[in-house]
Amino acid sequence: MSRIHISCTINGDAHDFLTPEDGSLLNALRDDVGLTGVKEGCGTGDCGACSVLLDGNLTCSCLVFAAEAQGADIVTVEGLADGDRLHAVQQAWIEEDVAQCGYCQAGQIMAAVDLLAKAPDPSDEQVASLTNLCRCGTYPRIRKAIKRAAAALKEKS
Amino acid sequence: MQHGHVGGHVKYFAPTTVEEAVGLLAADPGRRVFAGATDVIPQLRAGRPEPTGLVDLKKIGRLTAVACDDRTWTIGAATPTARLTEHAVFPTELPGVSEAAGLIGSDQVQNRSSLGGNLCNASPAADSVPALVVNGARAVVVGPNGTRTMLVEQVPAGPGRTNLAPGELIAEIQIDRPAPRTGDAYLRLIPRTEMDIAVVGAGAQITLADDGTVASARIALGAVAPTVVRVPAAEAALVGKRIDDAVLAEVAAAASAACNPIDDKRGTVKYRRHVAGVLARRAVTTAAERAAGVTSAARTNGAHA
Repeated sequence: MSRIHISCTINGDAHDFLTPEDGSLLNALRDDVGLTGVKEGCGTGDCGACSVLLDGNLTCSCLVFAAEAQGADIVTVEGLADGDRLHAVQQAWIEEDVAQCGYCQAGQIMAAVDLLAKAPDPSDEQVASLTNLCRCGTYPRIRKAIKRAAAALKEKS
Repeated sequence: MQHGHVGGHVKYFAPTTVEEAVGLLAADPGRRVFAGATDVIPQLRAGRPEPTGLVDLKKIGRLTAVACDDRTWTIGAATPTARLTEHAVFPTELPGVSEAAGLIGSDQVQNRSSLGGNLCNASPAADSVPALVVNGARAVVVGPNGTRTMLVEQVPAGPGRTNLAPGELIAEIQIDRPAPRTGDAYLRLIPRTEMDIAVVGAGAQITLADDGTVASARIALGAVAPTVVRVPAAEAALVGKRIDDAVLAEVAAAASAACNPIDDKRGTVKYRRHVAGVLARRAVTTAAERAAGVTSAARTNGAHA
């Protein structure tokens, strides 16, 4: 298997790693960089469990070739907290006790972070427009947590 | 699933010019281009024959640029569709194309999916294609023999097949800026609210004359035939008329008659024919309201007849 050398920024730090030339960014993040917060759900871009920010854009990392990440700026769920201080979305997730099995939640949190960056005071319709799947059906708590995080961010600013 | 997508034999190329991309394709016919990879990766995972190389078009500036002069929008074929739906001007000028682009997959997908990819994947259900066709959009095709321009409706040849020659790729989509008193719209039916593939899609572009009659009309349907379908009978029924219930009934009947759909898990032939008529009528109504300057968001789901 031919491997290629990738240099990019992940969660603010410079990373260099070797990865299979036709592998996915998802597998590279998990297996070559060790960031296992990003999860594989469907592997075909439907479920959103593998969502990361790729150059600022919410992206399913399963639909990105690792080779495309050369020089990219990537943020995963591991990069949201500021030291021991959780991101407002993560804190809201705890306060609303959102997770059930938890498998999809890193992707849900990334989608929520992206939404609040674009719409700091999101309407119910905007909150409901997120398409990440949750087989446990935690959607009502996800929506409450997004509203809570929006309020917390507003208070902070 | 192995760590690599398809066994670790596929080379990745990231050209920075169109000429370089054309050269990479000419050097090995087993290579294929991709933009967002939102169709390519699932197809590789599903066991489609693997290419020898993947040529990423997103590092080519011309292919990810959105430009507009006094006559024409020029959209790089690999531009993520989110760059169109969030554009400051594009959605107000071509709301139907923007609506269609905004229906492709999720936010995550729209940060990757492109007009060129949606067109070249050649799914009969491609949402952006009917919307482009009713706007008379053109594809600027580059290849080993230079550049040529095709109408978007001439690009798909059948499910998964295009009329591009080996070694050709689409560099840009060109859409003429709408004439005065012109509006467009795109509607699709899916059985749920998000993240599904069209059962039927319908695009319309209407230009109104000063007296309120229809000066020109274009209607195109998706997911009801192997390729996108224009509906000349419905267009002819509209031109020179005021839009009323009788004319809209003719439009719906013509759209239903123009379909050549399949039975599948998303809908039966009979259902698709009926829905094509309903959506064509609604798309014409919304396009005409926009042409007349009545702002309205197209109803994005035809489920509530």
